[in-house]
Amino acid sequence: MLFALILLPLAGALVAWIVPDNRLRPLILPVMGSIHLVLTVLLLGNTPAPSAGGWIWLDPLGKVVLLCISLLFVVCAFYAVGYLSYRQERSNRILCTGLLVCLAAMGLVTVSQHLGLLWVALETTTVSMAPLIYFNRNARSIEATWKYLLICSVGIGLALLGLLFLAYSTYVAQRDATLLLGPLMASARDLNPGWLHAAAIFLLVGYGSKMGLAPLHTWKPDAYGEAPGLVGALLAGGLVNCAFLSILRVYQICLASGIEIQFFQKSLLGMGLISMAFAAVFMARQADFKRMLAYSSIEHVGILAIGLGLGGGAIYGALFHLLNNGLTKGVLFLSSGNIHRSYSNKTTDVVKGALTRLPWSGGLFLAGFIAITGSPPFSPFISEYTIVSSAFIDGHHLVGGLFLLFLVIVFIGMALTVLPMVMGAPPADIEPTDYRDRLLTVGPPFLMMTVILVLGIWPPAFLVTLLRDGAAMLGVQP
Amino acid sequence: MNAFADQLLVLVMLINLVMLGSSRLIFSIRAVAAQGVILGILPGLIHPFSGHLAAITAGIILAKGILIPYLISDAVRKAQIRREVEPFLGYVPTLLLGAVFTALSFAFAEKLPLAPEHKDLLFVPASIATLLTGFLILTTRRKAISQVIGYLVMENGIFIFGMLLTEAMPVMVEAGALLDLLVGIFVMGIVINHISREFSSLDTSRLRTLKEE
Repeated sequence: MLFALILLPLAGALVAWIVPDNRLRPLILPVMGSIHLVLTVLLLGNTPAPSAGGWIWLDPLGKVVLLCISLLFVVCAFYAVGYLSYRQERSNRILCTGLLVCLAAMGLVTVSQHLGLLWVALETTTVSMAPLIYFNRNARSIEATWKYLLICSVGIGLALLGLLFLAYSTYVAQRDATLLLGPLMASARDLNPGWLHAAAIFLLVGYGSKMGLAPLHTWKPDAYGEAPGLVGALLAGGLVNCAFLSILRVYQICLASGIEIQFFQKSLLGMGLISMAFAAVFMARQADFKRMLAYSSIEHVGILAIGLGLGGGAIYGALFHLLNNGLTKGVLFLSSGNIHRSYSNKTTDVVKGALTRLPWSGGLFLAGFIAITGSPPFSPFISEYTIVSSAFIDGHHLVGGLFLLFLVIVFIGMALTVLPMVMGAPPADIEPTDYRDRLLTVGPPFLMMTVILVLGIWPPAFLVTLLRDGAAMLGVQP
Repeated sequence: MNAFADQLLVLVMLINLVMLGSSRLIFSIRAVAAQGVILGILPGLIHPFSGHLAAITAGIILAKGILIPYLISDAVRKAQIRREVEPFLGYVPTLLLGAVFTALSFAFAEKLPLAPEHKDLLFVPASIATLLTGFLILTTRRKAISQVIGYLVMENGIFIFGMLLTEAMPVMVEAGALLDLLVGIFVMGIVINHISREFSSLDTSRLRTLKEE
């Protein structure tokens, strides 16, 4: 069953590559997405034993990420059918194939218990996403693709060096050199501290640049700004969480080593606060609403890093926020894609009065904005509240205070862009486009928004247990 | 055999310097290919023979010595450019910096807590020197192809460190890493092609429409 999670999307990718018809091909996506979701639900309920010599297993942390990816992908897949019907002027072969390869690689990230395999899967997600950012085939998107590809490849290369350092620290400690998570954590106390320290730094820098933590975030606004909405949704909700899971694995090892964890937590706190500060500065007066979403993503990876860096109760919040941020970003990117299609423009100079022109997409974008800035009753409020309250309870007053300050600045900055976009009357002189809100382009993000609302009001018991199990793996006393 | 391995590593470091001083792209690509072949031979010199080792040697030589250089030179041919012009930092200063970095990496490797059997080998200084050379090329050159070459040199540096751990790294992971590298370069080659068509140049300093106003 665990292998099916990877092999089925790959088979789907092959079919998508072979099918010659441009209208028929996107239909493979929702079929595969639905199968993937069913598989995920089955796996969450009944986890099989580790296979392939312990390399492949789904632990609670992997489950949280897998759930987020699977939900996000199925929504994006149904949306893609509607979206691509407006984009029949160009072939969607590479897009459909790339999405499915990326789904397979993301699945592999969640089930990898071997850090080398995890690295290979993560690098595969990077490479398979690159052609998708270039879907629009113009000068701007090629520039974005180049920056994304080069910065992420170099970053992931540094993470590989970090992994080698980690293996070397076991070698110097005269243990069997291995990168399997279980044995590595068991022998973590005896590892050579110097090499472990170097490994932690390189892994944090490498995976951090992939996740888009400041100051390694420079590729993010470009890539998110130029990619189609559904690719942006998968970048912000899928790839970010895969990179975060990789950082969680490093965190587990540092925690087991006993000494390295303090440095690692401090670095995470520092990078998290810098990310939020960057986002707060650049969010203000951002005319391009897709770039604005990229800065929002930088803000939220900062929140995830801070939650992890604080430790204790905040970790529960960070794991919950991983899910909430992924799903809410999905709503925002998909509805912003609709608005972009309808106005054929993505700057606030032209895009005004979206609520009048596109009541559904405009409304969803507004609801997504309210949710992502941490307003009740949506679920990101709960997770952000958990993080900030545990910061104050544990005595991190400075971190908690800065966290709240940045949240307020981001809220104001984002509102200054979003409110004029959706309110008021649409300008009279915009060129007409053939985009109209339809069930396939509005229904999927609407369903996801409902999920976010339900999670905020009444988080299901199985999810709470899952998050608790995940937090327990990261050293939180139950 | 260790003495021979050290001589090869010296050759790798010399190739680093040659690349820093050269403006001809095809020449740099051949130099990277030569580095790749040396990288393929090295594990066989310091580890006892096994099937695993033979697979790694064949894989590295095939990927780094033949396929990747072919992909990049194909991109060069299609884009019809021969030279790196006007790097951000001139050839002589980068060459000097490269020499300084190489010297520093020897001094740095002395201080590292290495396993006793690795103390007298050149693997660690060569790895650091190659890594830094890669970064230097990546940051000082303008052409997209030079940047890909810089990325490859950086990867070579990482691989040299990995040689010390060949027995620990499972063959699956190494194969996966090589395959990812190969596909990555393939995609970069395609992107380079599109950059040259879109901008009629491969000068990455022209890639600057996307920024904050």
